[in-house]
Amino acid sequence: MDETLPPVPRTAGPENKAALVREAFASPDYGPAPESDQFAGEWLRDGRRDFGHFIGGRWTGGNGAKRKTRCPADGRLLATFRHGTGDDVDRATAAARAALPAWQELGGHGRARHLYRLARQLQKRSRLFAVVESLDNGKPVRESRDLDIPLAARHFHHHAGWAQLLASEFPGYERVGAVGQIIPWNFPLLMLAWKVAPALAAGCTVVLKPAEYTPLTALLFAEVADETGLPPGVLNVVTGDGATGAALVRHPDIAKVAFTGSTEVGRDIRRATAGTGKHLSLELGGKSPFVVFDSADLDAAVEGVVDGVWFNQGQVCCAGSRLLVQESVEDEMHDRLRARMERIRVGHPLDKAIDMGALVDRVQMDRVRGYLEAGRADGAAIWQPETPVPEDGFFMPPTLCTGAPASSSIVTEEIFGPVLVSLTFRTPAEAVALANDTRYGLAASVWTEDLSLALDVAPAIKAGTVWVNCTNRFDAASGFGGYRESGFGREGGREGMWEYLKPIARGARTGGAADPAGHVAAPAEGGPPDPASRPRRRIDHPRDRIDRTRKLWIGGVQKRPDGGCSLTVADPAGTPVAEVPRGNRKDVRNAVEAAAGARARWGGGSGHLRAQILYFVAENLAARADEFAAELTRGTGADEAGAEAEVEAAVQSLFTFAAWADKHDGRVHSTPFRNVTFAMNEPVGTVAVRCADRTPLAGVAGPIAAALSQGNVAVVVLPERFPVPGLDFVQVMETSDIPAGAVNVLSGIHREVMPTLAAHDDVDQVWDFVADELSGDAERLSAGNLKRVWVDREGAVDWLAPSARQGDLLLRKGTRVKNIWVPYGV
Amino acid sequence: MPLDLDAVRGARVNRSAADHRAATLASRRSVKREWQAGWLLRAVTMIDLTTLAGDDTQGRVRRLCGKARRPVRSDLLASLGVPASEVAAAAVCVYHALVPAARDALRGSGIPVAAVSTGFPAGLAPFGTRLAEIRESVEAGAEEVDVVITRGSVLRGGWERLYDEVAGFRDACGDAHMKVILGVGELGTLANVRRAATVAMMAGADFVKTSTGKETVNATLPSGIVLARAVRDYHGATGIRVGLKAAGGLKTARDALSWLVLVKEELGDAWMDPRLFRIGASSLLADIERQLEHHVTGRYSAFHRHPLG
Repeated sequence: MDETLPPVPRTAGPENKAALVREAFASPDYGPAPESDQFAGEWLRDGRRDFGHFIGGRWTGGNGAKRKTRCPADGRLLATFRHGTGDDVDRATAAARAALPAWQELGGHGRARHLYRLARQLQKRSRLFAVVESLDNGKPVRESRDLDIPLAARHFHHHAGWAQLLASEFPGYERVGAVGQIIPWNFPLLMLAWKVAPALAAGCTVVLKPAEYTPLTALLFAEVADETGLPPGVLNVVTGDGATGAALVRHPDIAKVAFTGSTEVGRDIRRATAGTGKHLSLELGGKSPFVVFDSADLDAAVEGVVDGVWFNQGQVCCAGSRLLVQESVEDEMHDRLRARMERIRVGHPLDKAIDMGALVDRVQMDRVRGYLEAGRADGAAIWQPETPVPEDGFFMPPTLCTGAPASSSIVTEEIFGPVLVSLTFRTPAEAVALANDTRYGLAASVWTEDLSLALDVAPAIKAGTVWVNCTNRFDAASGFGGYRESGFGREGGREGMWEYLKPIARGARTGGAADPAGHVAAPAEGGPPDPASRPRRRIDHPRDRIDRTRKLWIGGVQKRPDGGCSLTVADPAGTPVAEVPRGNRKDVRNAVEAAAGARARWGGGSGHLRAQILYFVAENLAARADEFAAELTRGTGADEAGAEAEVEAAVQSLFTFAAWADKHDGRVHSTPFRNVTFAMNEPVGTVAVRCADRTPLAGVAGPIAAALSQGNVAVVVLPERFPVPGLDFVQVMETSDIPAGAVNVLSGIHREVMPTLAAHDDVDQVWDFVADELSGDAERLSAGNLKRVWVDREGAVDWLAPSARQGDLLLRKGTRVKNIWVPYGV
Repeated sequence: MPLDLDAVRGARVNRSAADHRAATLASRRSVKREWQAGWLLRAVTMIDLTTLAGDDTQGRVRRLCGKARRPVRSDLLASLGVPASEVAAAAVCVYHALVPAARDALRGSGIPVAAVSTGFPAGLAPFGTRLAEIRESVEAGAEEVDVVITRGSVLRGGWERLYDEVAGFRDACGDAHMKVILGVGELGTLANVRRAATVAMMAGADFVKTSTGKETVNATLPSGIVLARAVRDYHGATGIRVGLKAAGGLKTARDALSWLVLVKEELGDAWMDPRLFRIGASSLLADIERQLEHHVTGRYSAFHRHPLG
């Protein structure tokens, strides 16, 4: 392709101006409306600019290969940049680490000033940013001008506020450290803002890797940050491709990885960070449903589709690419949609009167075409309007697919292009079922004028964001992020700030992690004890007691283990005290199935009901306090006072989370539209809990209470060495109205059951209070369905001495925020 | 066509979506340079040049008619390459009492006189009086009649009553072109705007028109979007093209361009024609003239450089 500046559409010279006016007067067509690329051209020195990385406040070439970035609409060379190597990542990470203390010491207000300045700079140079963004990415300059850049500035403004308020609003928490952030090419500057603003507000320092197709606005932003006095090392930009990103993810000094991109890469990152203790947030793909009921304003819904799937050429992670339309209005909806599609204008991104620009790269265009061919082969009808489309550059017209079988890849997979797939439903229940029939859960859009229907459907859809009668609305005050394989973590709002904070370590607060209950320490080092090597002494049964047969608790029924094997449990002195079931993978399967069966009813019930049941459990436990204390003393070697304290702590936890059952309220976010954006705390679903030996009763009852309180169901793996108090606790739960399947209890060897549980695709979250190598395995195995895994490596939770902060932490772990946007007006 | 109550009552309009569409319509379609000049000239030919004041006199109306005949300075038109014969206002709109003066002043120009009628602007005169007013205006030479509906009928859901009222106006108009003013600012909701427009079209409106210009809220883009969609659906159902008139509150060249984009996007090119789209305005023309002069000279213009309407 031509290396010189090629033509952006320009108007004619003065000689035929009058003829053009006459023509425009005679026929009502749109003319070209070119945005000037003059400033961008000057900044890029007409393609001759050669960028290095921005590390420690300096521009450095590094030793990586040179790469070129081009405009996808016309192929013009924009600039040269570097492929970041492991060395570059090392230097950038070192710079970020070195900058941490001073950035922290600057305090919330000092950081707020920097963020505020960055926000203002984005506004002051908005045109340059917008044009560079459109040239690099191919998106219409109208979108970068009206959405990308203002929203990026909004994020810095909003997060300047969080920096200012950090100490008062997040007491007991501190920044996670130096963070590695990897952003995609579809909203290069906006994604930078979503990542960098909260990180800097929290006091983290950043190594950012922009996408290889679109490095320019990140480099421009770094230049602006540098010029306006952001301290060196606070923000580092290393350009490159997936290999650079992988080096960043694996770097040992990176405390947290934040990634936006494809689900496949997200999985790789999950695996790569497993067992490292790195914090992680992933914002991944989607196949978001766009549900149109017959009670909708169909014209409004049609415009919604345009905003939903043809915004940014459909290269939007939350694109409403699956149209679900009620059968009774299917034809009308499609007719209106086709008529509207005829009016969509595709053209050069710097033309201010177009709706769609170019796809980001040939690779992407070929990918989308491949999907269309597959869809056609599957029997789908592919329809495109007569809209003229430029021949050069990577342009595609808007596309509607109808009649595709539900199994077709165009229905199930994220296409990331201007392709809408339409399906029908008959009833609201079927609409919800179809909406949720996906591995993803990023966003959804629901169209109806019937408020009751909207508010019934919105909470039922498994997605982080539900837009009612609108779509693709974003704001810094509202969190954005996924359910299921769309990832975890939120960006924006209060909920987004948590991603860059961690509880201040317990030791740092108390000066030592003493064990107040006087228990023996956690299980022996070097992995779980091998039952075969245990002393094979007789169990010392008191003669006047009948044998106790303890069972697994699955689906509300005490079950013998599937494998028909038991384990002998010994006290700390090695004296056998009991036999317990040895759960296996089938028991795990059954427990997860039982939990799934109870999920909807328990999660859908009222907080008041859940509270009553948890109080009842507490009541029944308290009634048997002496018995449990005696068992703790006998089986775990706790002294009498410690055992009593643990029972009391368990009762306390039950009371605490019973109390929270109807009090962990959502919020209404202050977003700048005429709407109510309500952030609902929804249960995560099925929580797998791995309990630790140091608190064999309180550490079992506590997590169960926390999980149940917020509407979750649980599969509990009891402490490996001391499972007896937990098994006895089953009897308490059994007599306390806990519905069948809401809690399921397994004992056995962790290494035999945890991998199955961590890998299970119908488990939504793992809480691991043991924190050993097996925890890392759980993180690795979670990559299949990208369930959230929380390993309490920092010892943030002490079940024997529950703190207010700890309760708050568990409530957050037990819920995920769904933001529902409901615009209003008559 | 007869009144179809299902179509009327079933109308659903989402206000926030209409507002969002209105807010993004113009920013999606930038019309610049030569195209802007051409579009502004087109807008001039769509203007119902209007004076509706209590102190209107024959002299005032004659001056307005002169402006309607030659709305843009001929030297500007020459520079723009458009023959003066092709650029005139669409109509002159006055109260009944001024119809003869306007008719005389426009004689030979081909520009019709439009009379506001039926107890304009409130429309609450006795029904017989309102019908008589239409007939007298038509007799006096009005080729177009802008009638107002009883807003109360809409607010009370009296669709049959509204239908009968407009059908009565239709009869009284005879061959005269009937524009039905809905008074969108007094209908309470956008759904009502859509319902009222649908009834008016069923009862024989040639045009649906937003406002009298006397309400607190007049022609807004969201109400224009709703009217355009009602017109589009009526065309889809009957094959009949009803016109759209925006009146009240359009003061700048930018307003005119926004409405043209609205019409083109929501209704299509067929409506980009004075026979199907009108703008009721008085001060708008002066702003368009300034923009046209700027286009020709490259200098920003002043009001006093253009003949008063």
